[in-house]
Amino acid sequence: MAIEVRIPTILRSYTGGAKSVQGSGATLDELLADLDARHGGLRDRLVEGENLRRFVNVYLNDEDVRFLGGLKTPVSDGDTVTVLPAVAGGAS
Amino acid sequence: MLTISRDLQAKIIAHARRDHPDEACGVIAGPVGSDRPVRFIPMQNAERSPTFYRFDSHEQLKVWREMDDRDEEPVVIYHSHTATEAYPSRTDISYASEPQAHYVLVSTRDESETEFRSYRIVDGEVTEEPVKVTE
Repeated sequence: MAIEVRIPTILRSYTGGAKSVQGSGATLDELLADLDARHGGLRDRLVEGENLRRFVNVYLNDEDVRFLGGLKTPVSDGDTVTVLPAVAGGAS
Repeated sequence: MLTISRDLQAKIIAHARRDHPDEACGVIAGPVGSDRPVRFIPMQNAERSPTFYRFDSHEQLKVWREMDDRDEEPVVIYHSHTATEAYPSRTDISYASEPQAHYVLVSTRDESETEFRSYRIVDGEVTEEPVKVTE
């Protein structure tokens, strides 16, 4: 089973510079645990406690997983998961 | 140093003025590794706030994919402060996550003068840089 996970520049230190890695799992949560086994520390950049971190966007194909099931979102062979750090800021 | 055309600088300033008093935000894309801002991409501020900005997540995916398809990267990420100086705030610094980008800050706090400054923000460190405007 192969799910492509596209990694943003700032997290490529966890993947040896790779823009894209492969993983498996039935849900996003399982997929991230699977990736973390080979790319230690990656999951912690995306997950805090039981939820995805607020200012990281994770997409399953074209959809932000916040609108699907968050970490419980089912994933399948052939899907592409894309990670993008949110672009945000403010006056203080 | 940020090298940017007068035209692109003017577009950023016009966007900031148009959205005032909400913060304006956007990207200027350029060829990967060129450090040259070329393509102006104003973004929606999904927060629509005078003190916070955030790119809409679906719009960001679309723009980032498009840049990828075109072998581009974000060279400038800009946003405006509407009542404070054009200097990165603590929030700006903590969310900065494109290490190669020039973070441009514009302030529209004064009606007649717009502040326009540029910074590198890498690993939580802010370094202001000179702005060279070309014709």
